[in-house]
Amino acid sequence: MAPYLLSLPFVALFTVFMAAPILVAVWSSLFRVRRSGLGLGGNEGTEFVGLDNYVLALGRPEFVESFGRVLLYGMVQVPIMLGLALLFALLFDSAVTRFKPFFQLVVFLPYAVPTVVAALLWGFLYQPGVSPLVEWLAGLGVDAQFLAPGTVLWSIANIGVWSYTGINMIIIYSALQAVPRDVYEAARLDGAGELRTALSIKIPMVAPAIFLTVLFSIIGNLQLFNEPAVIRSITSNVTATYTPNMSIYQATTVGGNANLGAAMAVIVGIVTLVVSVLASRASNRGTKGAL
Amino acid sequence: MSAPAPAPVRTLADVASRRPHRRAVGPEGERPSLAFRVVAGVILLVGTIYFLMPVYWLVVASTKTTTQLYSTPGFEFAQNHLWDNLTTLTQYDGGIFWRWLLNSGIYSGVGSILMAAISVLTGYALAIYRFRGRSALIGIVMGSMLVPQTVLAQPVYLLVVELGLNNTYWGVLLPSIVYPFGVLLAFVFAQQAIPREVIEAARLDGAGELRTFLSIGVRMMIPGSVTILLFAFIGSWNSYLLPLLVLNDARLMPITVGLAGWNQASITIPGLQSLTVVGAMVSVLPIVLVFVVLQRYWKNGLALSGGRF
Repeated sequence: MAPYLLSLPFVALFTVFMAAPILVAVWSSLFRVRRSGLGLGGNEGTEFVGLDNYVLALGRPEFVESFGRVLLYGMVQVPIMLGLALLFALLFDSAVTRFKPFFQLVVFLPYAVPTVVAALLWGFLYQPGVSPLVEWLAGLGVDAQFLAPGTVLWSIANIGVWSYTGINMIIIYSALQAVPRDVYEAARLDGAGELRTALSIKIPMVAPAIFLTVLFSIIGNLQLFNEPAVIRSITSNVTATYTPNMSIYQATTVGGNANLGAAMAVIVGIVTLVVSVLASRASNRGTKGAL
Repeated sequence: MSAPAPAPVRTLADVASRRPHRRAVGPEGERPSLAFRVVAGVILLVGTIYFLMPVYWLVVASTKTTTQLYSTPGFEFAQNHLWDNLTTLTQYDGGIFWRWLLNSGIYSGVGSILMAAISVLTGYALAIYRFRGRSALIGIVMGSMLVPQTVLAQPVYLLVVELGLNNTYWGVLLPSIVYPFGVLLAFVFAQQAIPREVIEAARLDGAGELRTFLSIGVRMMIPGSVTILLFAFIGSWNSYLLPLLVLNDARLMPITVGLAGWNQASITIPGLQSLTVVGAMVSVLPIVLVFVVLQRYWKNGLALSGGRF
């Protein structure tokens, strides 16, 4: 009996707040609010519409485009962020001994800043007039436009890099530390240099941890909401439907169509699932090759 | 600033190739060459500037009036108006800012304690017992880690409305308590921290299951649960979309929703800009302090799990 009693709270909460919402979303996505007369008479309950909401969602070019946008965002943001995380993790693992706790804290600290606040902060640093960065670059003769149509996506990506490099560094660093030291010693006696050790031993040894950071970063980026939602208040180049999650929010609140929002949420969920399965397949092939 | 590093892999290769000596295994080992230490130092310096710059700007900006934000150099202190700003912050809208901070404290504090407790219970059960449904439960935990809170926000909101909990504390607090990552951490911690022989010995001594759990399990899992608590706390302190959907009443909002609202309103209400800045600083400070104080838990805690999650 004991293990069932112990896991009961988790299972109960999981059922109510994770499993049930998914069912509610799927159910609700198959209905729509019926309006009477000329749409002035208020709501008259709901009617079953089958997959109409899905057709409606996928028929909106801005919703489909938002997937392309977060995909492009991820293809650039994830390699930069994880490259930096790996670089810092390797430095902390082998080279940096003095002030290591300080530097680790510095890299990790942005994780303690809520992404909403991080976006607020960087928002100020992007705005001409307030930003010392823009001013400084202007002094160098560079006309920096962080919020222009072509650059704002990358300015948002920078917020993600700033916020999440630290946690990924810690995950990779922990994995590096777990590798038995005598493996390196053996490589060193075989005459392998530090670069070879890093590329041929360290990185393959921690490949599962790196894969995990890739997977969670991809999933996280598909859910992009906080940063663009905050940046949107300082530039019109971020639309209300800039990311899939912003579309869901827009449809549910301002759009007043929670059923459409539910259909969109189901679509985002399915895309997330497909992408994670594809990513783990690719990684299985990749790690087999490396080992 | 949008791409903080030139192709990271190249940089790594550069670093390593300029490193003729490598550090031997022990602490007494060879020191890396001067050239390597210089390159590593430069990388760390650039990194430090990049990661600390926004925080430094925040500290400087919080001492300025809205006019000074625009008229004085951003990285330099002007006349100190921090006290005035704090006073205005406290008085604005009947002290709503402190209410938000208190709300965030309630959502994250109560929430993360419950999250950690539930995770420890489940993690202990998974690590110590072999029972029917165990592998299904592990599957549920692993699978639900792939379902981010954000994609669930809208469905959870629909459910919360159905339950009549929208615009209440419960509507935000309850859904956030499901924390599969915490369960996984607790499972790994329990496997490593609690030797099976100790459990067997306790049972032989006639201790019941509950007593064994309370006197051995809980005690041995305390360091692990601090790590879970820390990450759970950060996770819910960060939460934005769900409270944004669930809450209408400004007096129930957490700090993220409140500050983002001010930021948006500051376009039309000029004085709000400096309040947003000071508010951001005041809200970030306590968490940063917690991080500095609890360093060994976010470092060693994750190391303990050996990057296995």
